[in-house]
Amino acid sequence: MKFLRILPLVLLTILASCSNNEEPAVDELYGLSKIKEITNTTHTIELYKHMGGLEQGYNEIALKIKDNTTNQYIKNATVTWTPVMHMAMMNHSCPKSPVTKVSTDGLVYEGYIVFQMAQNATEYWDLKIDYTINGTSYTMTSVIDVPASAKQRVTTFTGSDGVRYIAAYVDPHHPKVGVNDMVAGVWKMQDMMTFPVVDNYKLKIDPRMPSMGNHSSPNNVDLVQTVAGDLYNGKLSLTMTGYWKINLQLLNAAGTVLKGETITDAVPASSIYFEIEF
Amino acid sequence: MNHFGRNNFTIFKMKNFIIIIGLCFLFPTILLAQQKVIDTITPKDLTEVIVIGKKAQLYQKQAKPLATIDEYLQQSTKIDMIRRGSYAWEPMINNMPTERTLVTIDGMRIFGACTDKMDPITSYVEVSNLSEATLKSGQQGACHGATIGGSVDLQRNRAGFSNLGWNAAVNTGFETNSKQKIVGSAINYANNSFYIDTDFMFRDAENYTAGNGQEVLFSQFRKFNISSTSGFSFDKNKLLEGSIIYDKATNVGYPALPMDVSLAEALITSLKFEYVPESSPIENWETKIYYNTITHKMDDTKRPSVPIHMDMPGWSDTFGFYSKAKGTLRSHHFIADLNSFYNRSVAEMTMYPADSNEKLMFMYTWPDVKTFYTALFLEDNIALNCHSSLKFSTSLGNHFNEVASELGLESLRIFYPNMKASKNRILPSVSSNYSFDENGFSYGFGLAYGQRAPSVSEGYGFYLFNSFDTYDYIGNPELKNENSLETSASMGYKTQKWSAKMSASYFHISNYIVGKPDASLVPMTIGASGVKIYTALDYATIFNTDLNLEYQFSDFMQWKGQLVYSYGKDFENQNLPFISPLRYFSSLNFKKEKFLSSIAVQGNATQTQFSPFYGEDRTPSYAILNFDAGYSLDFEKVKCGLKAGVENILDTYYSTFSDWNNIPRKGRNFFLNVSFSF
Repeated sequence: MKFLRILPLVLLTILASCSNNEEPAVDELYGLSKIKEITNTTHTIELYKHMGGLEQGYNEIALKIKDNTTNQYIKNATVTWTPVMHMAMMNHSCPKSPVTKVSTDGLVYEGYIVFQMAQNATEYWDLKIDYTINGTSYTMTSVIDVPASAKQRVTTFTGSDGVRYIAAYVDPHHPKVGVNDMVAGVWKMQDMMTFPVVDNYKLKIDPRMPSMGNHSSPNNVDLVQTVAGDLYNGKLSLTMTGYWKINLQLLNAAGTVLKGETITDAVPASSIYFEIEF
Repeated sequence: MNHFGRNNFTIFKMKNFIIIIGLCFLFPTILLAQQKVIDTITPKDLTEVIVIGKKAQLYQKQAKPLATIDEYLQQSTKIDMIRRGSYAWEPMINNMPTERTLVTIDGMRIFGACTDKMDPITSYVEVSNLSEATLKSGQQGACHGATIGGSVDLQRNRAGFSNLGWNAAVNTGFETNSKQKIVGSAINYANNSFYIDTDFMFRDAENYTAGNGQEVLFSQFRKFNISSTSGFSFDKNKLLEGSIIYDKATNVGYPALPMDVSLAEALITSLKFEYVPESSPIENWETKIYYNTITHKMDDTKRPSVPIHMDMPGWSDTFGFYSKAKGTLRSHHFIADLNSFYNRSVAEMTMYPADSNEKLMFMYTWPDVKTFYTALFLEDNIALNCHSSLKFSTSLGNHFNEVASELGLESLRIFYPNMKASKNRILPSVSSNYSFDENGFSYGFGLAYGQRAPSVSEGYGFYLFNSFDTYDYIGNPELKNENSLETSASMGYKTQKWSAKMSASYFHISNYIVGKPDASLVPMTIGASGVKIYTALDYATIFNTDLNLEYQFSDFMQWKGQLVYSYGKDFENQNLPFISPLRYFSSLNFKKEKFLSSIAVQGNATQTQFSPFYGEDRTPSYAILNFDAGYSLDFEKVKCGLKAGVENILDTYYSTFSDWNNIPRKGRNFFLNVSFSF
């Protein structure tokens, strides 16, 4: 009799523990859609992204590695990637983050790549992914589609210090009327293949509406880094929907303006800016 | 009863008499047999009544019978009008605008749907809808809601059960200055237990011309108004009455503003239950539920050059009720009124960029603000003896605001990051008045205190462009209630031949809400000078005094004069805006049998107490001369009334302190009104 009372509890415990052996739920890929599959003889790598395919500017990319024979996804690979643009006169890379696991037990890897220019009829980007599983190294490369973005999301310029910089717009993906948390990134070109994060600078923003008398908005907060090596955070204030030009000024750690102008009646836009339209 | 022409007083008494006689016929329960003690002393009420028109009333006492309501309200010494166009003027009571005053229609709360105040409530009713406007100064006007300056209750016109059978009337009018054509008609039916009144009025005016022949562009308007009231009496002492007004104005120009109005539409409905208890201290108990909805659309397509095309629609919906009991207990004449309303005000702005491929720019200028107000008002008018009375009134209201739109709330959070979506306020009011009247000599004084909540624009407005001072205004949800401490006094003497009445009121308003420029902010409206945020001054003081004189030369000839002086300064001794300079009015009126005529002069002294800080400039003095004559004809079945006259005979070019952006007023204007009643 006592056993019967405990029975439901026992059954429940057994069922609960069973679920731990299943694959992790698919919600690691929530909101993402597959944009490409790259294959070599041993594996297939699936690339995922939020809201459409790759485009010029900052891209957050997720990937999964599938074993072609077992059809199982690999949990424990170490991945690096190298995007390269093949131009007429030269090849160069772009700013990118390391590729890391979303969660230790999951199957999804993620990172970001900033394509500072778009492809055209003769010039293209390809992505080389090197990965190691249990000591064995593998690689695969594929041409990727990187069209121009509809609105300006990335800008490259030479600062007054002679250094070549890249600034890219990250967030908000879906701007709203009000104060938005804004995220952007700043990198510099060390050489053709190396684009490290720039630390401790400041990205000043002045959002304006050129179609409406170039009016701005109050209570914006300039973007600064909270953690070295990380992206820059600030606040973007938007008083209405429509097309906004976010004028920028880049300042170094000493506070010197490296690029960009203050907006006045004579200077309606800065030489460096982002655009959003919502 | 304030002296506003002995004849008007007679008419009012006449109407009362007819109604009482009517009630006596319809309610066989003989009033005389009641057990309660009927007090024959009715204490004086310090109320000013502006008679607008009695249904099927032909004997047109007013200078211009088919004038707009604005022109009627202007006759009062306590009312001034801010003009932005040909009509739809904003009434100011005691030199205080809409935010500090209360305008109701038959006790119903109703709110405009325009962020720029292009649609004061008076613009949604017509003279054909109203019989009179009751003006109460200061806290005495707190019966229907919180106020500081006072209240105007526009009372609906209803023949009621007074004229049995079918009655009809047709009114036509024409004015030369703006070629305004007016046509109206009324059809009424009444039997012993049921009545229905319907009326219709249509106005169409082109641009008007100012004094030197200068046409004032964009001052045209066209509107029609249709309304109906119907009542059903049962159980001898109960009445159920429903009323509906539909008013629609299209193509209304506002010469003082950068935009016009393509549509201003209102539907005003109510259902009332009135009960006259048989033997009870309560003499009358009225309960009404109502609903009104206003749609207002601004339009810039008729202007020659606009920096950017915008759509600016606004909506205001109000549901409400009140339950009011009036009664007498020994020498106490009391009123108890429980009232409540719920209003939703929302206004948008959509701007069209020059590049049609670009997305539209959208924001809320009124971010869907809900207001919920409930109050209890109590008044006791004690007849101390046959010539003096003491009136006490008090009210306590709860005022709740909520920003219902997420987008709207986020917009305001740009300025107030910690702002909550809702706010609750308690609004108290208390007033006392003493009045004495014996042998023609009368005097009175009063003391009152009240609070009001900020208006939707003052609390939650988002980049509201004010074309008077060319600033964008931002609301402030954290404003405290405005407090007003007021004292008033009046003195008068009346004989058979002449009468004189002088009254004065003084307001000390703390937390006076006003917009102050914030130099760190950039305006949004193209061409604006800057941004002002609503904030509160420590206090401001407003003082008004007026003198009303009448002299009866003979049975036929009467002279009337008015003189008004006002003063308004803030705590730093800066002049407040829209404070009237010395105002005067003088008229000679002739009436004999069926003929009447009057000649009048009206003017202002130079405005020296103007406020450059609030965008005002010095307005020069002016005076205009008006003349009118009327005659009534009685045929067998038809009564005909004729009224004709000239306003501004000398074609003076003038503008007043309250004309927005100094738009000039009408030059010479001939008018003719012909009305028939069957």
